[in-house]
Amino acid sequence: MYSEKVMDHFQNPRNVGEIENASGVGTVGNAKCGDIMRIYLDIDDNQIIRDVKFKTFGCGAAVATSSMATELVKGKNIQEAMQITNKAVMEALDGLPPVKVHCSLLAEEAIHAALWDYAEKHHIKIEGLEKPKSDIHEGEEEEEEEY
Amino acid sequence: MDKLIYLDNAATTKTAPEVVDAMLPYFTERYGNPSSVYGFAAANKEVITKQRDIIADALGAKGSEIYFTAGGSESDNWALKATAEAYENKGKHIITSKIEHHAILHTCEYLEKKGYEVTYLNVNENGVVDLEELKAAIRPDTILISVMFANNEIGTIQPVKEIGEIAHEHGILFHTDAVQAFGQIPISVDECHIDMLSASGHKLNGPKGIGFLYIRTGVKIRSFVHGGAQERKRRAGTENVPGIVGIGTATARAIRTMEERTAKEAELRDYLIGRIENEIEYCRLNGDRKKRLPNNVNFSFRFVEGESLLIMLDMKGICASSGSACTSGSLDPSHVLLAIGLPHEIAHGSLRMTLNEEVTKEDLDYVVDNLKAIVDNLRNMSPLYEDFVKKQNK
Repeated sequence: MYSEKVMDHFQNPRNVGEIENASGVGTVGNAKCGDIMRIYLDIDDNQIIRDVKFKTFGCGAAVATSSMATELVKGKNIQEAMQITNKAVMEALDGLPPVKVHCSLLAEEAIHAALWDYAEKHHIKIEGLEKPKSDIHEGEEEEEEEY
Repeated sequence: MDKLIYLDNAATTKTAPEVVDAMLPYFTERYGNPSSVYGFAAANKEVITKQRDIIADALGAKGSEIYFTAGGSESDNWALKATAEAYENKGKHIITSKIEHHAILHTCEYLEKKGYEVTYLNVNENGVVDLEELKAAIRPDTILISVMFANNEIGTIQPVKEIGEIAHEHGILFHTDAVQAFGQIPISVDECHIDMLSASGHKLNGPKGIGFLYIRTGVKIRSFVHGGAQERKRRAGTENVPGIVGIGTATARAIRTMEERTAKEAELRDYLIGRIENEIEYCRLNGDRKKRLPNNVNFSFRFVEGESLLIMLDMKGICASSGSACTSGSLDPSHVLLAIGLPHEIAHGSLRMTLNEEVTKEDLDYVVDNLKAIVDNLRNMSPLYEDFVKKQNK
Protein backbone atom coordinates (compact mmCIF):
# COMPACT_ATOMS: atom_id res chain seq x y z
CA MET A 1 0.00 0.00 0.00
CA TYR A 2 3.01 2.32 0.47
CA SER A 3 5.51 3.44 -2.17
CA GLU A 4 9.11 2.28 -1.96
CA LYS A 5 10.17 5.74 -0.83
CA VAL A 6 7.64 5.76 2.01
CA MET A 7 8.85 2.33 3.11
CA ASP A 8 12.47 3.49 2.94
CA HIS A 9 11.80 6.58 5.06
CA PHE A 10 9.73 4.54 7.49
CA GLN A 11 12.35 1.84 7.94
CA ASN A 12 15.33 4.19 7.90
CA PRO A 13 13.95 7.48 9.12
CA ARG A 14 16.31 10.45 8.72
CA ASN A 15 16.93 12.95 11.51
CA VAL A 16 15.22 11.13 14.36
CA GLY A 17 15.98 12.62 17.75
CA GLU A 18 15.99 15.79 19.80
CA ILE A 19 17.95 19.04 19.71
CA GLU A 20 18.84 20.46 23.09
CA ASN A 21 18.11 24.18 23.37
CA ALA A 22 16.52 24.13 19.94
CA SER A 23 15.71 27.46 18.26
CA GLY A 24 12.16 26.26 17.76
CA VAL A 25 10.09 23.21 18.70
CA GLY A 26 6.66 22.38 17.36
CA THR A 27 4.32 19.54 18.36
CA VAL A 28 1.12 18.88 16.45
CA GLY A 29 -1.57 16.22 16.19
CA ASN A 30 -3.14 14.35 19.05
CA ALA A 31 -2.91 10.92 20.52
CA LYS A 32 -6.64 10.41 20.16
CA CYS A 33 -6.27 10.22 16.40
CA GLY A 34 -3.07 8.25 16.65
CA ASP A 35 -0.61 10.80 15.26
CA ILE A 36 1.71 13.15 17.12
CA MET A 37 4.63 14.82 15.41
CA ARG A 38 7.33 16.96 17.05
CA ILE A 39 9.95 18.87 15.09
CA TYR A 40 13.05 20.55 16.51
CA LEU A 41 14.82 23.27 14.51
CA ASP A 42 18.30 24.70 14.97
CA ILE A 43 18.32 28.04 13.16
CA ASP A 44 21.42 30.23 12.89
CA ASP A 45 21.73 34.02 12.91
CA ASN A 46 21.21 34.15 9.15
CA GLN A 47 17.90 32.37 9.60
CA ILE A 48 19.24 29.21 7.96
CA ILE A 49 17.98 25.89 9.32
CA ARG A 50 21.27 24.24 10.30
CA ASP A 51 19.80 21.13 11.86
CA VAL A 52 16.44 19.50 12.28
CA LYS A 53 15.26 16.49 14.26
CA PHE A 54 11.90 14.86 14.76
CA LYS A 55 9.98 12.45 16.91
CA THR A 56 6.71 10.93 15.76
CA PHE A 57 4.07 8.69 17.28
CA GLY A 58 2.04 7.39 14.39
CA CYS A 59 1.63 5.07 11.47
CA GLY A 60 4.17 4.31 8.75
CA ALA A 61 3.04 7.28 6.67
CA ALA A 62 3.35 9.66 9.64
CA VAL A 63 6.93 8.55 10.29
CA ALA A 64 7.86 8.71 6.60
CA THR A 65 6.38 12.19 6.09
CA SER A 66 8.19 13.46 9.20
CA SER A 67 11.45 12.05 7.91
CA MET A 68 10.97 13.52 4.43
CA ALA A 69 9.88 16.91 5.79
CA THR A 70 13.07 17.17 7.85
CA GLU A 71 15.14 16.34 4.76
CA LEU A 72 13.35 19.03 2.80
CA VAL A 73 13.84 21.83 5.33
CA LYS A 74 17.42 21.08 6.27
CA GLY A 75 19.78 23.81 5.00
CA LYS A 76 16.94 26.04 3.85
CA ASN A 77 16.27 29.53 5.15
CA ILE A 78 13.04 30.09 6.98
CA GLN A 79 11.28 31.67 4.00
CA GLU A 80 12.13 28.65 1.88
CA ALA A 81 10.98 26.35 4.68
CA MET A 82 7.65 28.15 4.68
CA GLN A 83 7.18 27.14 1.06
CA ILE A 84 7.34 23.43 1.83
CA THR A 85 3.77 22.21 1.65
CA ASN A 86 2.20 18.88 2.39
CA LYS A 87 1.94 18.44 -1.37
CA ALA A 88 5.71 18.79 -1.73
CA VAL A 89 6.27 16.23 1.02
CA MET A 90 3.83 13.82 -0.63
CA GLU A 91 5.41 14.25 -4.04
CA ALA A 92 8.86 13.68 -2.62
CA LEU A 93 7.55 10.38 -1.22
CA ASP A 94 6.00 9.34 -4.55
CA GLY A 95 2.52 9.74 -3.12
CA LEU A 96 0.50 8.42 -0.18
CA PRO A 97 -2.67 6.31 -0.03
CA PRO A 98 -5.76 8.59 0.19
CA VAL A 99 -6.49 7.71 3.83
CA LYS A 100 -2.98 8.83 4.77
CA VAL A 101 -3.01 12.29 3.20
CA HIS A 102 -3.74 13.82 6.61
CA CYS A 103 -0.31 12.59 7.77
CA SER A 104 1.38 14.87 5.24
CA LEU A 105 -0.67 17.79 6.54
CA LEU A 106 0.70 17.01 9.95
CA ALA A 107 4.28 17.35 8.68
CA GLU A 108 3.59 20.79 7.21
CA GLU A 109 1.87 21.83 10.44
CA ALA A 110 4.76 20.59 12.54
CA ILE A 111 7.29 22.68 10.60
CA HIS A 112 5.06 25.72 10.90
CA ALA A 113 4.58 25.15 14.61
CA ALA A 114 8.35 24.93 15.13
CA LEU A 115 8.88 28.10 13.09
CA TRP A 116 6.17 29.85 15.12
CA ASP A 117 7.96 28.88 18.30
CA TYR A 118 11.24 30.24 16.86
CA ALA A 119 9.56 33.50 15.80
CA GLU A 120 8.00 33.99 19.23
CA LYS A 121 11.27 33.33 21.04
CA HIS A 122 13.10 35.80 18.81
CA HIS A 123 10.30 38.34 18.64
CA ILE A 124 10.17 38.32 14.88
CA LYS A 125 7.37 37.92 12.42
CA ILE A 126 7.56 35.38 9.61
CA GLU A 127 5.53 36.39 6.62
CA GLY A 128 2.63 34.08 5.90
CA LEU A 129 2.99 32.14 9.14
CA GLU A 130 -0.11 31.71 11.24
CA LYS A 131 -0.41 30.55 14.81
CA PRO A 132 -0.53 26.76 14.69
CA LYS A 133 -3.67 24.99 15.71
CA SER A 134 -3.05 22.83 18.72
CA ASP A 135 -4.89 19.99 17.09
CA ILE A 136 -5.02 19.58 13.35
CA HIS A 137 -8.10 17.43 13.56
CA GLU A 138 -10.08 20.02 15.46
CA GLY A 139 -13.54 20.43 14.06
CA GLU A 140 -12.90 17.75 11.50
CA GLU A 141 -15.63 15.17 11.58
CA GLU A 142 -15.34 12.11 9.43
CA GLU A 143 -18.51 10.17 8.92
CA GLU A 144 -18.28 7.08 6.84
CA GLU A 145 -21.11 6.64 4.45
CA GLU A 146 -22.84 3.30 4.69
CA TYR A 147 -25.80 1.31 3.48
CA MET B 1 12.30 -12.86 3.51
CA ASP B 2 11.84 -16.61 3.61
CA LYS B 3 10.51 -16.80 7.12
CA LEU B 4 6.77 -16.46 7.53
CA ILE B 5 5.21 -16.73 10.95
CA TYR B 6 1.48 -16.44 10.57
CA LEU B 7 -0.12 -15.12 13.77
CA ASP B 8 -3.37 -13.84 12.33
CA ASN B 9 -5.57 -16.92 12.58
CA ALA B 10 -8.51 -14.89 13.88
CA ALA B 11 -8.52 -13.12 10.51
CA THR B 12 -8.44 -16.31 8.52
CA THR B 13 -6.79 -19.72 8.56
CA LYS B 14 -5.01 -21.92 6.09
CA THR B 15 -7.38 -24.37 4.44
CA ALA B 16 -6.32 -27.80 5.70
CA PRO B 17 -5.04 -30.20 2.97
CA GLU B 18 -7.64 -32.82 3.92
CA VAL B 19 -10.33 -30.17 3.45
CA VAL B 20 -9.03 -29.22 0.00
CA ASP B 21 -8.80 -32.90 -0.96
CA ALA B 22 -12.39 -33.47 0.09
CA MET B 23 -13.60 -30.43 -1.86
CA LEU B 24 -11.79 -30.94 -5.17
CA PRO B 25 -14.00 -33.67 -6.71
CA TYR B 26 -17.01 -31.39 -6.27
CA PHE B 27 -15.55 -28.91 -8.72
CA THR B 28 -14.51 -31.25 -11.49
CA GLU B 29 -16.37 -34.56 -11.24
CA ARG B 30 -19.37 -34.26 -8.95
CA TYR B 31 -20.28 -30.77 -10.07
CA GLY B 32 -23.98 -31.50 -10.52
CA ASN B 33 -26.69 -29.26 -9.11
CA PRO B 34 -28.14 -31.07 -6.06
CA SER B 35 -31.65 -30.10 -7.17
CA SER B 36 -31.35 -32.04 -10.45
CA VAL B 37 -33.08 -35.37 -10.95
CA TYR B 38 -30.33 -37.50 -12.55
CA GLY B 39 -28.33 -39.65 -10.22
CA PHE B 40 -24.87 -38.13 -10.32
CA ALA B 41 -26.21 -34.70 -9.36
CA ALA B 42 -28.92 -35.83 -6.95
CA ALA B 43 -26.29 -37.75 -4.98
CA ASN B 44 -24.95 -34.38 -3.89
CA LYS B 45 -28.09 -33.87 -1.84
CA GLU B 46 -27.00 -36.77 0.36
CA VAL B 47 -23.54 -35.28 0.58
CA ILE B 48 -24.96 -31.98 1.84
CA THR B 49 -27.14 -33.75 4.39
CA LYS B 50 -24.07 -35.55 5.67
CA GLN B 51 -22.22 -32.26 6.21
CA ARG B 52 -25.25 -30.80 7.96
CA ASP B 53 -25.25 -33.75 10.34
CA ILE B 54 -21.53 -33.38 11.08
CA ILE B 55 -22.06 -29.74 12.04
CA ALA B 56 -25.24 -30.48 13.99
CA ASP B 57 -23.39 -33.18 15.97
CA ALA B 58 -20.71 -30.66 16.89
CA LEU B 59 -23.36 -28.42 18.45
CA GLY B 60 -25.69 -31.04 19.88
CA ALA B 61 -28.30 -29.93 17.34
CA LYS B 62 -30.34 -31.61 14.59
CA GLY B 63 -29.25 -31.60 10.96
CA SER B 64 -32.46 -29.87 9.95
CA GLU B 65 -31.47 -26.89 12.12
CA ILE B 66 -28.31 -26.09 10.15
CA TYR B 67 -28.66 -23.63 7.25
CA PHE B 68 -25.69 -22.96 4.99
CA THR B 69 -24.88 -19.35 4.16
CA ALA B 70 -22.05 -17.47 2.46
CA GLY B 71 -20.32 -16.82 5.79
CA GLY B 72 -20.47 -15.32 9.25
CA SER B 73 -21.59 -11.86 8.18
CA GLU B 74 -24.55 -13.22 6.23
CA SER B 75 -25.53 -15.43 9.15
CA ASP B 76 -25.42 -12.47 11.55
CA ASN B 77 -27.42 -10.28 9.18
CA TRP B 78 -30.00 -12.97 8.66
CA ALA B 79 -30.43 -13.76 12.35
CA LEU B 80 -30.95 -10.13 13.33
CA LYS B 81 -32.96 -8.75 10.43
CA ALA B 82 -35.23 -11.77 10.07
CA THR B 83 -35.89 -11.97 13.81
CA ALA B 84 -36.69 -8.26 13.88
CA GLU B 85 -39.16 -8.73 11.05
CA ALA B 86 -40.74 -11.93 12.31
CA TYR B 87 -41.23 -10.79 15.89
CA GLU B 88 -42.04 -7.10 15.41
CA ASN B 89 -45.58 -7.69 16.67
CA LYS B 90 -44.13 -8.77 20.00
CA GLY B 91 -41.77 -5.82 20.20
CA LYS B 92 -39.00 -3.87 18.59
CA HIS B 93 -36.26 -4.00 21.20
CA ILE B 94 -32.95 -5.85 20.80
CA ILE B 95 -30.12 -6.26 23.30
CA THR B 96 -26.53 -6.74 22.21
CA SER B 97 -23.06 -5.78 23.48
CA LYS B 98 -20.66 -2.98 22.64
CA ILE B 99 -17.93 -5.37 21.55
CA GLU B 100 -19.76 -7.31 18.86
CA HIS B 101 -18.34 -7.75 15.38
CA HIS B 102 -19.39 -5.07 12.89
CA ALA B 103 -21.64 -7.64 11.18
CA ILE B 104 -23.81 -7.35 14.31
CA LEU B 105 -23.25 -3.71 15.23
CA HIS B 106 -23.84 -2.28 11.78
CA THR B 107 -26.91 -4.49 11.33
CA CYS B 108 -28.22 -3.12 14.65
CA GLU B 109 -27.59 0.44 13.44
CA TYR B 110 -29.51 -0.39 10.29
CA LEU B 111 -32.41 -1.75 12.37
CA GLU B 112 -32.37 1.39 14.51
CA LYS B 113 -32.93 3.41 11.36
CA LYS B 114 -35.91 1.13 10.66
CA GLY B 115 -37.48 2.01 14.00
CA TYR B 116 -36.05 -0.70 16.28
CA GLU B 117 -34.45 0.11 19.61
CA VAL B 118 -31.14 -1.45 20.53
CA THR B 119 -29.46 -1.60 23.92
CA TYR B 120 -25.69 -1.98 23.72
CA LEU B 121 -24.44 -3.63 26.91
CA ASN B 122 -21.20 -2.42 28.47
CA VAL B 123 -18.37 -4.80 29.22
CA ASN B 124 -15.91 -4.75 32.09
CA GLU B 125 -12.19 -4.07 31.71
CA ASN B 126 -11.67 -7.65 30.53
CA GLY B 127 -14.45 -7.48 27.97
CA VAL B 128 -17.07 -9.52 29.87
CA VAL B 129 -20.77 -8.63 29.74
CA ASP B 130 -22.41 -7.93 33.11
CA LEU B 131 -25.36 -10.28 33.68
CA GLU B 132 -27.10 -7.86 36.05
CA GLU B 133 -26.95 -5.14 33.43
CA LEU B 134 -28.39 -7.61 30.93
CA LYS B 135 -31.29 -8.47 33.25
CA ALA B 136 -31.96 -4.79 33.86
CA ALA B 137 -32.01 -4.09 30.13
CA ILE B 138 -34.79 -6.61 29.43
CA ARG B 139 -38.16 -5.02 28.63
CA PRO B 140 -41.56 -6.48 27.76
CA ASP B 141 -40.89 -5.64 24.11
CA THR B 142 -37.43 -7.25 23.96
CA ILE B 143 -37.42 -9.82 21.18
CA LEU B 144 -33.77 -10.78 20.88
CA ILE B 145 -30.52 -10.93 22.81
CA SER B 146 -27.43 -11.25 20.61
CA VAL B 147 -24.11 -11.62 22.40
CA MET B 148 -21.02 -13.11 20.80
CA PHE B 149 -19.57 -16.37 22.10
CA ALA B 150 -15.99 -15.12 22.06
CA ASN B 151 -14.51 -11.83 20.95
CA ASN B 152 -12.45 -11.67 17.78
CA GLU B 153 -10.01 -9.02 19.01
CA ILE B 154 -9.34 -9.70 22.67
CA GLY B 155 -10.44 -13.34 22.79
CA THR B 156 -12.72 -12.96 25.82
CA ILE B 157 -15.29 -15.75 26.17
CA GLN B 158 -18.69 -14.55 27.35
CA PRO B 159 -20.82 -16.29 30.01
CA VAL B 160 -22.98 -17.64 27.21
CA LYS B 161 -24.71 -20.29 29.29
CA GLU B 162 -25.85 -17.72 31.86
CA ILE B 163 -26.95 -15.32 29.13
CA GLY B 164 -28.89 -18.12 27.47
CA GLU B 165 -30.60 -19.00 30.75
CA ILE B 166 -31.64 -15.40 31.30
CA ALA B 167 -33.00 -15.15 27.75
CA HIS B 168 -34.82 -18.47 28.15
CA GLU B 169 -36.41 -17.48 31.48
CA HIS B 170 -37.77 -14.33 29.89
CA GLY B 171 -38.93 -16.03 26.71
CA ILE B 172 -36.54 -13.98 24.57
CA LEU B 173 -34.67 -15.44 21.60
CA PHE B 174 -30.90 -15.76 22.02
CA HIS B 175 -28.49 -15.48 19.11
CA THR B 176 -24.73 -15.83 19.42
CA ASP B 177 -22.03 -14.97 16.92
CA ALA B 178 -19.73 -17.96 17.39
CA VAL B 179 -17.48 -17.24 14.42
CA GLN B 180 -14.36 -17.23 16.61
CA ALA B 181 -15.51 -19.88 19.06
CA PHE B 182 -16.86 -22.65 16.82
CA GLY B 183 -14.18 -25.33 16.49
CA GLN B 184 -12.10 -23.74 19.27
CA ILE B 185 -14.24 -24.47 22.31
CA PRO B 186 -16.98 -27.05 22.87
CA ILE B 187 -20.46 -25.63 22.29
CA SER B 188 -23.80 -27.17 23.21
CA VAL B 189 -26.79 -25.21 21.93
CA ASP B 190 -29.12 -26.91 24.38
CA GLU B 191 -26.98 -26.40 27.44
CA CYS B 192 -26.53 -22.72 26.57
CA HIS B 193 -30.14 -22.19 25.43
CA ILE B 194 -28.93 -20.87 22.10
CA ASP B 195 -31.69 -20.30 19.55
CA MET B 196 -29.48 -19.11 16.72
CA LEU B 197 -25.74 -19.39 16.16
CA SER B 198 -23.51 -17.99 13.40
CA ALA B 199 -20.28 -19.58 12.26
CA SER B 200 -17.87 -19.36 9.35
CA GLY B 201 -15.80 -21.95 7.50
CA HIS B 202 -12.53 -20.13 7.01
CA LYS B 203 -11.90 -19.57 10.71
CA LEU B 204 -11.48 -23.29 11.30
CA ASN B 205 -9.23 -24.31 8.41
CA GLY B 206 -12.16 -24.52 6.02
CA PRO B 207 -12.74 -22.47 2.87
CA LYS B 208 -13.88 -18.85 2.62
CA GLY B 209 -17.35 -17.97 1.36
CA ILE B 210 -19.20 -20.58 3.38
CA GLY B 211 -20.78 -20.42 6.80
CA PHE B 212 -23.96 -21.48 8.51
CA LEU B 213 -26.71 -20.29 10.76
CA TYR B 214 -28.09 -22.70 13.32
CA ILE B 215 -31.79 -22.02 13.81
CA ARG B 216 -33.53 -23.93 16.59
CA THR B 217 -36.70 -25.73 15.52
CA GLY B 218 -39.63 -23.48 16.30
CA VAL B 219 -37.87 -20.17 15.69
CA LYS B 220 -40.03 -18.71 12.99
CA ILE B 221 -37.63 -16.53 11.03
CA ARG B 222 -38.13 -16.41 7.29
CA SER B 223 -35.88 -16.52 4.29
CA PHE B 224 -33.27 -13.84 3.86
CA VAL B 225 -32.51 -14.73 0.24
CA HIS B 226 -35.60 -15.35 -1.88
CA GLY B 227 -35.63 -17.73 -4.83
CA GLY B 228 -35.50 -21.49 -5.06
CA ALA B 229 -36.44 -24.00 -2.39
CA GLN B 230 -32.93 -24.75 -1.14
CA GLU B 231 -32.19 -24.93 2.59
CA ARG B 232 -35.79 -25.83 3.41
CA LYS B 233 -36.98 -22.72 1.56
CA ARG B 234 -35.09 -20.51 3.98
CA ARG B 235 -32.04 -19.62 1.93
CA ALA B 236 -32.36 -19.71 -1.84
CA GLY B 237 -29.51 -20.26 -4.26
CA THR B 238 -27.84 -23.33 -5.71
CA GLU B 239 -25.87 -24.91 -2.89
CA ASN B 240 -22.15 -24.20 -2.74
CA VAL B 241 -21.41 -27.92 -2.71
CA PRO B 242 -17.59 -27.71 -2.59
CA GLY B 243 -17.87 -25.09 0.16
CA ILE B 244 -20.34 -27.16 2.12
CA VAL B 245 -18.10 -30.23 1.84
CA GLY B 246 -15.25 -27.95 2.93
CA ILE B 247 -16.95 -26.63 6.06
CA GLY B 248 -18.23 -30.11 6.93
CA THR B 249 -14.79 -31.67 6.61
CA ALA B 250 -13.22 -28.76 8.50
CA THR B 251 -15.75 -29.13 11.30
CA ALA B 252 -15.11 -32.87 11.61
CA ARG B 253 -11.39 -32.15 11.71
CA ALA B 254 -11.75 -29.32 14.25
CA ILE B 255 -13.84 -31.49 16.59
CA ARG B 256 -11.50 -34.47 16.21
CA THR B 257 -8.39 -32.41 16.99
CA MET B 258 -9.90 -29.89 19.42
CA GLU B 259 -8.69 -31.23 22.73
CA GLU B 260 -5.07 -31.78 21.77
CA ARG B 261 -4.82 -28.77 19.49
CA THR B 262 -6.29 -26.20 21.86
CA ALA B 263 -4.28 -27.53 24.80
CA LYS B 264 -1.11 -27.00 22.79
CA GLU B 265 -2.23 -23.56 21.63
CA ALA B 266 -3.18 -22.46 25.14
CA GLU B 267 0.23 -23.50 26.44
CA LEU B 268 1.99 -21.52 23.71
CA ARG B 269 -0.40 -18.61 24.24
CA ASP B 270 0.54 -18.44 27.92
CA TYR B 271 4.21 -18.74 27.07
CA LEU B 272 3.95 -15.80 24.67
CA ILE B 273 1.98 -13.72 27.18
CA GLY B 274 4.51 -14.51 29.89
CA ARG B 275 7.55 -13.56 27.84
CA ILE B 276 6.01 -10.28 26.68
CA GLU B 277 4.89 -9.30 30.19
CA ASN B 278 8.31 -10.11 31.62
CA GLU B 279 10.41 -8.54 28.92
CA ILE B 280 8.58 -5.51 27.54
CA GLU B 281 7.82 -2.56 29.80
CA TYR B 282 4.59 -0.56 29.79
CA CYS B 283 2.40 -3.18 28.17
CA ARG B 284 -1.08 -4.38 29.01
CA LEU B 285 -2.70 -7.71 28.23
CA ASN B 286 -6.12 -7.01 26.76
CA GLY B 287 -8.94 -9.46 27.40
CA ASP B 288 -9.66 -11.88 30.18
CA ARG B 289 -6.68 -13.91 31.37
CA LYS B 290 -8.69 -17.10 32.01
CA LYS B 291 -11.91 -16.89 30.01
CA ARG B 292 -9.95 -16.55 26.81
CA LEU B 293 -9.79 -18.24 23.41
CA PRO B 294 -6.90 -20.73 23.44
CA ASN B 295 -5.12 -19.02 20.55
CA ASN B 296 -5.59 -15.32 21.32
CA VAL B 297 -2.94 -12.89 22.55
CA ASN B 298 -3.68 -9.16 22.55
CA PHE B 299 -1.39 -6.51 24.03
CA SER B 300 -1.25 -2.75 24.10
CA PHE B 301 2.19 -1.18 24.09
CA ARG B 302 2.20 2.37 25.41
CA PHE B 303 3.77 5.16 23.33
CA VAL B 304 3.71 3.03 20.19
CA GLU B 305 1.30 3.08 17.26
CA GLY B 306 -0.06 -0.22 15.98
CA GLU B 307 0.34 0.15 12.24
CA SER B 308 4.03 1.00 12.60
CA LEU B 309 4.39 -2.08 14.72
CA LEU B 310 2.66 -4.26 12.11
CA ILE B 311 4.81 -3.03 9.24
CA MET B 312 8.01 -3.55 11.23
CA LEU B 313 6.87 -7.08 12.17
CA ASP B 314 5.98 -7.77 8.54
CA MET B 315 9.59 -6.89 7.60
CA LYS B 316 10.61 -9.75 9.87
CA GLY B 317 8.11 -12.13 8.31
CA ILE B 318 5.63 -11.92 11.18
CA CYS B 319 1.93 -11.50 10.35
CA ALA B 320 -0.27 -9.97 13.05
CA SER B 321 -3.03 -7.38 13.35
CA SER B 322 -3.89 -4.28 15.34
CA GLY B 323 -6.89 -2.31 16.56
CA SER B 324 -5.18 0.91 15.56
CA ALA B 325 -7.23 3.42 13.60
CA CYS B 326 -4.55 3.52 10.94
CA THR B 327 -5.27 -0.05 9.99
CA SER B 328 -8.95 0.62 9.44
CA GLY B 329 -8.85 3.87 7.52
CA SER B 330 -10.86 5.73 10.16
CA LEU B 331 -9.57 8.01 12.89
CA ASP B 332 -10.93 5.95 15.75
CA PRO B 333 -9.22 2.89 17.16
CA SER B 334 -11.09 -0.37 17.71
CA HIS B 335 -14.51 -0.09 19.39
CA VAL B 336 -13.65 -3.18 21.42
CA LEU B 337 -10.54 -1.64 22.95
CA LEU B 338 -12.41 1.58 23.72
CA ALA B 339 -15.27 -0.43 25.28
CA ILE B 340 -12.88 -2.12 27.73
CA GLY B 341 -11.86 1.37 28.81
CA LEU B 342 -8.53 1.90 27.09
CA PRO B 343 -7.64 5.53 26.39
CA HIS B 344 -7.33 6.29 22.67
CA GLU B 345 -3.54 6.51 22.59
CA ILE B 346 -3.18 3.11 24.26
CA ALA B 347 -5.81 1.54 22.03
CA HIS B 348 -3.81 2.77 19.03
CA GLY B 349 -0.85 0.73 20.23
CA SER B 350 -2.53 -2.66 20.27
CA LEU B 351 -1.23 -5.85 18.75
CA ARG B 352 -3.23 -9.05 18.24
CA MET B 353 -1.47 -12.34 17.64
CA THR B 354 -3.64 -15.40 17.06
CA LEU B 355 -1.89 -18.75 16.98
CA ASN B 356 -2.48 -22.00 15.18
CA GLU B 357 -1.35 -25.56 15.79
CA GLU B 358 1.69 -25.19 13.54
CA VAL B 359 3.30 -22.39 15.55
CA THR B 360 6.27 -23.53 17.64
CA LYS B 361 7.94 -22.21 20.76
CA GLU B 362 10.95 -21.29 18.62
CA ASP B 363 8.69 -19.21 16.38
CA LEU B 364 7.39 -17.34 19.39
CA ASP B 365 10.92 -16.75 20.70
CA TYR B 366 11.79 -15.21 17.34
CA VAL B 367 8.62 -13.08 17.55
CA VAL B 368 9.32 -11.79 21.05
CA ASP B 369 12.99 -11.07 20.31
CA ASN B 370 11.99 -8.98 17.31
CA LEU B 371 9.03 -7.39 19.04
CA LYS B 372 11.25 -6.17 21.87
CA ALA B 373 13.62 -4.47 19.44
CA ILE B 374 10.80 -2.97 17.38
CA VAL B 375 8.93 -1.57 20.39
CA ASP B 376 12.20 -0.10 21.67
CA ASN B 377 12.94 1.44 18.32
CA LEU B 378 9.47 2.96 17.97
CA ARG B 379 9.52 4.28 21.52
CA ASN B 380 12.83 6.01 20.87
CA MET B 381 11.06 7.73 17.99
CA SER B 382 7.95 8.60 20.01
CA PRO B 383 7.34 12.09 21.42
CA LEU B 384 4.93 10.52 23.93
CA TYR B 385 7.72 8.35 25.29
CA GLU B 386 10.09 11.33 25.37
CA ASP B 387 7.60 13.31 27.45
CA PHE B 388 6.99 10.32 29.71
CA VAL B 389 10.70 9.78 30.37
CA LYS B 390 11.25 13.48 31.07
CA LYS B 391 8.36 13.43 33.53
CA GLN B 392 9.81 10.35 35.27
CA ASN B 393 13.21 12.00 35.62
CA LYS B 394 11.83 15.17 37.17
